[in-house]
Amino acid sequence: MAELQSGDDGHKGKKRGGVRAKKMSTRIDMTPMVDLGFLLVTFFILTTTMSKPKAMQVVMPDKEVKDSTQMSKIRESEAMTILLGSNDRIFYYYGQTQPTVEVTYFNKVRKVINDKNAEVLALQKANDWQANGNYNGVYIGIKPTDGSKYENLVNMLDEMKITGVKSYAILDPSVEELEMLPK
Amino acid sequence: MPKGNVSIDMTPMVDMAFLLVTFFILTTQFRPDEPVQVVTPSSTSVSNPPEHGKVIITIAPDSRLFFDLDNQNFRKSLIQKMGDSYNIAFTIDEQNAFATGSSIGIPMGGMKTYLDMSPEERKKVEQPGIPVDTSQNLSNELGVWLVNARIAGNNPVILIKGDSKSNYPAVKNVFKTLADRKVSKFGLITADEAAPVEPIK
Repeated sequence: MAELQSGDDGHKGKKRGGVRAKKMSTRIDMTPMVDLGFLLVTFFILTTTMSKPKAMQVVMPDKEVKDSTQMSKIRESEAMTILLGSNDRIFYYYGQTQPTVEVTYFNKVRKVINDKNAEVLALQKANDWQANGNYNGVYIGIKPTDGSKYENLVNMLDEMKITGVKSYAILDPSVEELEMLPK
Repeated sequence: MPKGNVSIDMTPMVDMAFLLVTFFILTTQFRPDEPVQVVTPSSTSVSNPPEHGKVIITIAPDSRLFFDLDNQNFRKSLIQKMGDSYNIAFTIDEQNAFATGSSIGIPMGGMKTYLDMSPEERKKVEQPGIPVDTSQNLSNELGVWLVNARIAGNNPVILIKGDSKSNYPAVKNVFKTLADRKVSKFGLITADEAAPVEPIK
């Protein structure tokens, strides 16, 4: 009883309390750290763009043709010319002599190309016109005019890929062709 | 009955969270400041351009042209070569300023003053675009950039990043410059687009 009341005992009690407090202090509160961690996770998730840009491969015709005998000859019935006009219009004609220019738009052009391609393939098979051992299908010249947008060209090249046209080239429109176009 | 222990062990969750933090910190690469915002058209193409070793020619909606080579060491040697072509001696500081930059649309005449500016000032400059005159060889600076970048960049892949709404004449000038420098194969940077489910036969 006397011991209980002694100053020593009180001191001991305090000491024990101090020890206990020290033990408690080894467990630190990790809540702020975890909060920050999740904040970072959220930040990086929101800022990361997973989509990588894609590239479309383009091969332009060689500027200098050294030898005209090396040029492949295309029959008129196999050729198609697509002119890209202003306001997203597409003008096209077949062959070369007395062309009649028709107008179409990007939502309809795929059918036009597919129909012509099928027609040319049938013709090539019927007459056995082979180029490098296989039937090539339609030959398309894409001619963007100055009024067209970059988007038009890319969409047209994309159509070539979608329709599976093997031979196409980006060319400059001739003066005659520009005159044929409605304003 | 004693009160059930309501605190659950969150160690695995926190481990996971920090794993994610580490992953994102390591994989994120911040996009360098582009002098112009470009919205590329979309296509069904699936080929990825290479991560490194590429030249990007940007065509802004207002037909301005910007030139970019992606590796810092390559860029340093590029600006030296450009200096040689135009008889401009760039100091080490100017070379470093160029090497750490991104797309550039400054004519060679104003390049030195531009590189002498502080980074903050450089950001504010409205870049006029690289001159491209396809009728004359020497004033076609894009062509000179291209030739020097092919040497400096160890034959990089050439990509064109055009805005959907840019007019074709600007694109034609780039195509013509590329053809003049005997580049007949290049890429057009496009955004993703889903291919049509069934091609119409």
